[in-house]
This record gives sequence, C-alpha cells and structure tokens, in this order.
Amino acid sequence: MPNMNPKKIPMPQQAPDVRNKNFEEVEQGYTNDMAVEEAKRCLDCKHKPCVSGCPVNVRIPEFIGEIVKGNFENAYQIIKDTNALPAVCGRVCPQENQCEKLCVRGFKGESVAIGRLERFAADYHMANSDEVIEKPASNGIKVAVIGSGPAGLTCAGDLAKLGYDVTVFEAFHVAGGVLMYGIPQFRLPKEIVQREIDSLKVLGVRIETNSVVGKLVSVDELMREEGFKAVFIGSGAGLPAFMGIEGENLCGVYSSNEFLTRINLMKAYRFPDYETPIRVGKRVAVVGGGNVAMDAARCAKRLGAEEVYIIYRRSEEEMPARREEVHHAKEEGIVFKLLTNPTRILGKDGWVNGIECVEMTLGEPDESGRRRPQEKAGSEHVLDVETVIIAIGQTPNPLIKDTTPELEVNRRGGLVVDEKTGLTSKAGVYAGGDAVTGAATVILAMGAGKTAAAAIDQYLKENY
Amino acid sequence: MFRIAKKRALNPQVTLMEIEAPRIAKKVKPGQFIMLRIDEFGERIPLTVADFDVGAGTVTIIFQKVGKTTMALGELSEGSFILDFAGPLGVPTHLKGYKHAAVIGGGLGTAIAYPQAKALHRMGASVDVVAGFRSKDLIILEDEVRAISDHTYITTDDGSNGSKGFVTDVLKSLIEQGNHYDVVIAIGPLVMMRAVSNLTKAYGIKTIVSLNTTMIDGTGMCGGCRVTVGGEIKFACVDGPDFDGHLVDFDEAIMRSQMYKASEREALDRHQCRLEGKQDA
Ligand SMILES: Cc1cc2nc3c(=O)[nH]c(=O)nc-3n(C[C@H](O)[C@H](O)[C@H](O)COP(=O)(O)OP(=O)(O)OC[C@H]3O[C@@H](n4cnc5c(N)ncnc54)[C@H](O)[C@@H]3O)c2cc1C
Ligand code: FES
Repeated sequence: MPNMNPKKIPMPQQAPDVRNKNFEEVEQGYTNDMAVEEAKRCLDCKHKPCVSGCPVNVRIPEFIGEIVKGNFENAYQIIKDTNALPAVCGRVCPQENQCEKLCVRGFKGESVAIGRLERFAADYHMANSDEVIEKPASNGIKVAVIGSGPAGLTCAGDLAKLGYDVTVFEAFHVAGGVLMYGIPQFRLPKEIVQREIDSLKVLGVRIETNSVVGKLVSVDELMREEGFKAVFIGSGAGLPAFMGIEGENLCGVYSSNEFLTRINLMKAYRFPDYETPIRVGKRVAVVGGGNVAMDAARCAKRLGAEEVYIIYRRSEEEMPARREEVHHAKEEGIVFKLLTNPTRILGKDGWVNGIECVEMTLGEPDESGRRRPQEKAGSEHVLDVETVIIAIGQTPNPLIKDTTPELEVNRRGGLVVDEKTGLTSKAGVYAGGDAVTGAATVILAMGAGKTAAAAIDQYLKENY
Repeated sequence: MFRIAKKRALNPQVTLMEIEAPRIAKKVKPGQFIMLRIDEFGERIPLTVADFDVGAGTVTIIFQKVGKTTMALGELSEGSFILDFAGPLGVPTHLKGYKHAAVIGGGLGTAIAYPQAKALHRMGASVDVVAGFRSKDLIILEDEVRAISDHTYITTDDGSNGSKGFVTDVLKSLIEQGNHYDVVIAIGPLVMMRAVSNLTKAYGIKTIVSLNTTMIDGTGMCGGCRVTVGGEIKFACVDGPDFDGHLVDFDEAIMRSQMYKASEREALDRHQCRLEGKQDA
C-alpha cells in the first residue's frame, strides 16, 4: 500500500539560526526508515511522467521501488546507470522544475521527494559500498578533456570506462569546476566532489591542474603535437557580468564569482588559517535572483554580516534559484527586496557605503516568457550597505575560442555544437555544458558530457 | 609540484628564483605572468615572468618580500617545491616596430621591465633605461641592465648612489635634451607609473604600463583585477597586464589596491609572529 501522506517526509536539517553561522551542510539526509517511508509515497505510475522530466532520464520509479524493498545499493546502481554524479545531483538539481514537477502526487499535495531519495541512495552507497573500481584495459587512444566541471568529469569518466586514455586539463589548482569554486560547502560538501574525482583517477583518468588551455597549450597543439585524437571542451561559463552602473569599481564591490571563489575554493572563511582574505562588512547587498545570488547571500550571512539583502528586479515567482534555496535563505534571515533594481552604487573615500535602487513593476512577458520589469518613476531609494555582490550571470570565457580559430560561437559567446553529438565546427572537437549553453545546470552539463562521450567513441571507432 | 632550481638574493628584500616549469618556459613571452600558490593554505598571487630558459625548462620570477606570501616564498630554499604554478597568463607586451625606447623601472619594477628592455635591444631598438630605487643598497640588476641598454640612468630617492631624484626627473631632462622616444615602457608602483604617464602625455609619447592588480584566477573569471582604461572596464589578467598609460584610471587603481590592506597586515603579522616562535597573534 502506498503511503498516502500528502506531504514529503521532512529532511533533518540544522536549525536556521545555528546553520547561518557555520559552513556545515544544511540538510542532513534521510535515515533508512525515512527513505523507505518516503519511497512508499511513489505510486509507480505506468506512464512514468517523472522520467521524462529528468534531463538524463534516470529510471525513477525503478530506483524508488528498490528503496521500498530496502535494496539501497541496487537503487544507487539504477541511478548511476544514467547519472554519473548522483550524490551531487540529489543535492543541487532543480527537481521542482524537472522530475518532481511532473510527479502525479504533486497534483494533490507534495510530489515524491525524488531528489532527497536520490541523495539518500548515493550517500548510502558512499558510506556502505565496498565496490572496487577496476581500471579498464587501455586502447591507447588519447582524448583530451578541457575543464573539470560536471561536463568534463562525466565525459572523462565515460570515455575512460571505454578504455580511452583520458587527460583532463584544468585551469585551477583543483578539479571540480563550479562544484568546487562556486557552490558552497554547506550545500555541497567538497568531500563528495573529491570522491567522484578520485574514482575517476582510479579509472585511469589523468588530471592536469594549473593548465590553462589557450595559454599553456592550444587545442590545435594538443591534437597536432601531443597526439590527442579528440578533444572535449567543458570550460564552463566563467566570465562574470557586471551591470555597467556607476560605482561598480569601488572597494567592496565583488562579482559573485570572485566572492564565492575566495570563499569556496580559497577557503577565505577560514582566514587567517587559509591566507586568502575576504571583506564582508555588516550590511551586504546581493544583486540577482539565481542560485548564485542565494549562495553569495548565505555565505555573507555566515561570515558575520548582520543584514543581507537580495535585490531582484522581478518577483519571487520569476526567481531562477532552486525553490529550496530561496526557502533556506529566508529561514536564515536573508531579506528579499523584490521588484527592486540598482541604479548606482554610492561610495565614500573609495569604499561602498550605499546602493541606490528603484522599484519595479511587471509589464508584458518578454521573449523568455517572464514578465518584463519596468521602473516606477520617482521610486529611488538608498540602502546603506558596505558590500555589494553582483550575481547577474556569467557567460563563456573566450580564451579557448580566441586561440582556436575554427571554433564557431553564437551571439552570447557559447560554442556552437550539434545537439545530438556535441560536435563543434572543428573536426574531432566536441563541447558541452555551460561553455555551450551559458550558465545552466549541473545535470544539463553532465548530460552533455555523456552525449559527447558516446559521440567521441563512435567518431574514434570510425577513424582510428 | 614545481621545483625551485635556483635562488639568489638580489638585495635584502628582493629575491630571484628559477622555477622548473618546462611547459611554461616553452610558451612564455615578455610581459606575461604566472599565478602561484605555495601550499594548500596559500593565496594565489600573480608574478611577472622576469626571464625564462627553454633549454633548462625554467621560468625566472623576481619578487619583493612585502606580504605574507612573498615572505614565505622567500623562506623556501633551493631544491624545495611550490605547489601550484600556472601560466603563462596575460597578453605579451607588444614590442614590434619601435626604434627608440625608454624603459623606466621603479624598484622591483626594474626586474619586470628588464625582459622588455632586453627584447627591444635584441630587436635592434635603441634602449635607454631609467631605474629608480629608494637607496643605493636596494639597486638590483644594474649590470644586466647596462649590458642591454644604450644608456642607463640610476637614481635613488635619497641620493645615496650620488644621483638623487625620481625617475620622472631623469626622463623629463632626457626628453628636454632632445632625445626622441617612440615608446616609453614604465613598470613600478602605481604612483610612479601615474607620474610617468602624466609626464609623457604632455609630450605625446606613447606609454605602456604594466598593472599588477590583485588577482585570484588570472584567467578572466572573477573580475577582481578590473581596472578602468579609456572609460571601459578591463580585466588586467586577460586584457593586460599592459595598458596604454594615458588611458588608465590610476586614481581608481590606487584606491582599489587598498582593498585588502588590513587583511594583508594581519596575515603578515601572524606570519612574523610564527617566525619569531611566539603564539599565534
Ligand atoms: C554559485 C553557483 C551555484 C550554482 N548552483 C546550482 C545548483 O544548485 N544546481 C544546478 O543544477 N546548477 C547550479 N549552478 C550551475 C552549475 O554549477 C553549472 O551549470 C555547471 O557547473 C556547469 O558545468 P560545466 O562542466 O559546464 O562547467 P564548470 O562547472 O564551470 O567547469 C568548467 C571548468 O573548466 C575550467 N576551465 C575554464 N577555462 C579553461 C581553460 N581555458 N583551460 C582549462 N580549464 C578551463 C574551469 O576552471 C572550470 O573548472 C550553480 C552555479 C554557480 C556558479
Ligand atoms: S584575476 Fe580574476 S578575472 Fe582577472
């Protein structure tokens, strides 16, 4: 008999006024009993709407069925079949717009907590499995992967399992991409990402950090001089956007990339044990409404800011952030200034001391389908803040494109690829993830890495 | 891990190191820089490449022991290792087509300007070098610079080498004496580069400066290195580090360089306390 409780089993978590002072993980995961109880809410629908909502088509009712039976490891293996990073996706996917959005239980209550169950199965596996990863026999064909975010890691893993000799080139000193430098520890513990990377190494994947492709070596040189027969570009969307308003270069203004990189990658939250500094101040304004803005705001709070504002020009409904993160941010005391847009940043002696904003109203929908915000005349007002963090988006970094003339890019700087294969305009060179789509999601990046790995395999089989 | 193949003190505050980084040595050009991180706890800092040797596979860096990271770097001995060393980053200095160059170095900036002067000299340009130091015992690379320049002028703020004054004084009198330069390359503290740029602007001489801003990634990802040049935001790490000195908003750059002064002091104090064997500050 299914469990007909209209609500999800709640996830144990740190209390808001405790967690907003530390960087430990907020959500603490289901126990076995909770997971089984929640899994029982699944009706095992014949037409499986949830599966079509998942960008990589995880066989959701099937893995949930295994959880009901207590076969947690089986559940994990089913997920892993199509999703290379279950422990990551269970934590950061926007489930409410994907699988859970289509869940039949969601019509009259809450959907099944598919994301939490995915995370449960993955965490169970990490804690209990004694699975030994075996290094597959090498076929000696070299493939280069540029960037070690979810797209690159997935592509590298799939190719290594097929016997290719894979080298990942990463610009930073650690692998993991946004999973390491962007998403904070309290939402995605770095140990989890590191485990995924370590298991790739066991598969024989070589990871060369400190290697900025386009500077240290070009794509052409990798192929011509170093013997790589195919290249996958998963270099992400690393170029931060600024607003172009007055005062953006004052001391105390950060791009979200800089703010989060200092904190997550360089561990500035542990200054001075870690030597990279960060300056947070007492009152902080974060501009933007996505996951990045939520992460920056919640980090600022944890670093001691008393008042943290999210400034977003549309209403909460249009916010692109995961709903859960918005909810968590509010619980932690972040103040939402919705329908508000900054017009300039004010300063004194070179340092930020305020941000001037106007109120907005929503007009007709624009091409993205969201209602277009318009300024309300005469609504200027100033918020006193010492720090401003701009989290309004990132675009792909032009470094690789600029040094590889044959690569075509679109208007927004994304690499142009064939959707079915990830093939770029250059033979043997594939791409996927944010480098193609602009800032998107982990699961889409991972899916693109998978697609490209399959296409690269086919290309190499046909040509070598 | 990157091995320190050679270490040499140029003066009590300035150290030269040759680092084994063959891939970078093969690719680097004058004007480019590297980012390094000494160990797991360290900051990432940019240092301009002062020289390189493709055969030996080494890259030379020269740094002044001013902050926590450069202090700690200076304490490492020959044969030990640096954890991370990434590059070559930034755009190489554009040196082609100049016939008469004045290269101005302020303190440590002399070491950074040296490869440019050397490259210009090799390309057949006449090169006058003006190098300024606070006092006589801080003078570095004098012999090296003399070997590749047509004229070398060394001044000290306190006159302890017998020639008192600022580099701008020397440059001004060279120009006034009728020396014609088609380019001035100025590298040193921001205030010095501002002074040189203001001077050369009056004479309409093209001036290239090198901006060593705070950086984290060095690849255009964080925007922490942004500067205003000709009214536009530029990222020093990917658009620079060289810029047209007449277009750089130096006042803003100087202001932005203050952002972490307090934290830097804290880290430095703590480091010095550790060295002296005291408890953590
Ligand atoms: C703060 C933040 C929070 C987010 N939260 C979520 C979330 O909750 N859920 C979700 O689904 N998505 C989230 N996203 C988006 C998601 O992280 C990205 O869509 C995803 O990581 C993209 O993966 P990728 O592999 O394409 O690129 P990235 O993860 O960006 O990795 C690219 C890697 O390539 C490296 N690189 C770049 N250029 C070069 C070069 N020239 N040579 C060598 N290496 C290079 C970079 O250093 C980086 O490591 C978030 C993003 C941010 C910034
Ligand atoms: S150092 Fe980060 S963009 Fe230049």
